[in-house]
Amino acid sequence: MNYDMIKKEQILSKSETDMGNEPVIDIRDLRKSFGDNHVLNGFSLRLYRGENLVVMGKSGSGKSVMIKCLVGLMQADSGFLSVMGKEIKKLDRKTLDTLRSDIGFLFQGSALYDSMTVRENLEFPMRRHKEKLGIVTDTTPLVVEALENVGLAHTMNLMPVELSGGMKRRVALARTLILKPKIILYDEPTSGLDPITAKEIIELMRSIQKKYGTSSLIITHDVDCARVISERMVLLVDGINYAEGTYVELSKSTDPKVEAFFKK
Amino acid sequence: MAYATQTTKRLKQFFVEIGELSNFAMRFFKEALKPPYEFKELLRQCYNMGNRSLVLVGVTGFIIGLVLTLQSRPTLIEFGAVSWMPNMVGISIVREIGPVITALICAGRIASGIGAELGSMRVTEQIDAMEVSGTNPFKYLVVTRIAATTLMLPLLVIFGDMVALYGSALVENIKGNVSFQLYFNAVFDALEFGDLLPATVKSFFFGFTIGLVGCYKGYYSKKGTAGVGVAANTAVVMASLLLFFVDFIAVFISDIFYEL
Repeated sequence: MNYDMIKKEQILSKSETDMGNEPVIDIRDLRKSFGDNHVLNGFSLRLYRGENLVVMGKSGSGKSVMIKCLVGLMQADSGFLSVMGKEIKKLDRKTLDTLRSDIGFLFQGSALYDSMTVRENLEFPMRRHKEKLGIVTDTTPLVVEALENVGLAHTMNLMPVELSGGMKRRVALARTLILKPKIILYDEPTSGLDPITAKEIIELMRSIQKKYGTSSLIITHDVDCARVISERMVLLVDGINYAEGTYVELSKSTDPKVEAFFKK
Repeated sequence: MAYATQTTKRLKQFFVEIGELSNFAMRFFKEALKPPYEFKELLRQCYNMGNRSLVLVGVTGFIIGLVLTLQSRPTLIEFGAVSWMPNMVGISIVREIGPVITALICAGRIASGIGAELGSMRVTEQIDAMEVSGTNPFKYLVVTRIAATTLMLPLLVIFGDMVALYGSALVENIKGNVSFQLYFNAVFDALEFGDLLPATVKSFFFGFTIGLVGCYKGYYSKKGTAGVGVAANTAVVMASLLLFFVDFIAVFISDIFYEL
């Protein structure tokens, strides 16, 4: 067992004690392969209430696969996946959809619906969760609130094609917020953005976490993003959680595989 | 030996694709019957596919009617049978040419459009975004599109037939001095219920085939943006081939009924 593995165990037990609460996401021994390509080889992770946890890994290391398994977009080969105490594998379609309303998912490419306006994009997730939001007829106040949170209330009637990359990411974040999720999964939130816009998005993520008290699982390979936003970090290497710790702790590691992430 | 291996591989691939397409069709029926129903999206798709194909189908039908009449005229004159023109054109357009040409036009326009649209949505994770928002993307995107093509194609066929007959009547009016009323009376005298029914029924199947293939190719599009082009292209090719196959079966079945 290397230095970081020892530290990982210490940190895991430390965080459990410190947080003093049940994990909102619990992943144990997750395995997923695509043919001969074994992407995840027993990955484990716990996200606690109100925590910002960053998972870092190289491109193709299985970060996105892991969060897609978490929301049921992909089926894991084996392992235990639980969100807010509910085991994903055992959920039927209806229960999974209800659970998904508590999980926000910000996609890497924003994934705004091209054929809909910004307003329609935001209204779309509300169609199946009106009971949760208590909507009677008018969805406008909720749409306006979500767009104001990301500073884009004026774009309500624009089409996604009329927005810049950063604006698309913000609208996607507003769409994620509209269902008032308890957990937000960010898949490479700053990828493809210029440094200034990336910084704005990170600030936005922090302010949202502060305002709504959400737990965030952030998938990234952007070290700056990890430094600013993470409370705890997990390094995904060779399909396992190779090292865990705070940014400061991991950045001081002498393990070559860990060092590789922090070299400028 | 290498050729045989390759042929076996392609044959296997073909049967796998047919199997997957059949599963996709079964899933359509399963999801279509289960609530919630996406009526608003269905109407939007009907408008997109029906209304926006009207001009193309109309122009094609008109030209087919014109050309068919112009090409047949000299031969019919030679045999002294030009008075049979409305019967010949009417029956051939309503029973076969109208449905097949309209379906092929729609395969080009609609199947490729659906293939490209859904393929692009798959590549840009829009389908995944729908799924995580609690909306069943198969129901919202696939069921509505297949239902819309199934419902709209018979209407487009009827419209295309009418315009084609009008084109034919125009030629007869100019070249043979036959009035429109006389021409259409002759056409409707020649047509029977047995001509209209099989043509209309097979149009539903044509529409279903176009929607099914377009959605199947787009929904399972792979390999990034290049895959979108492949999805659109293969959707047209596969839909066109299947249309002829469906047409053959439809004609074969209706022929059995004629003999009874």
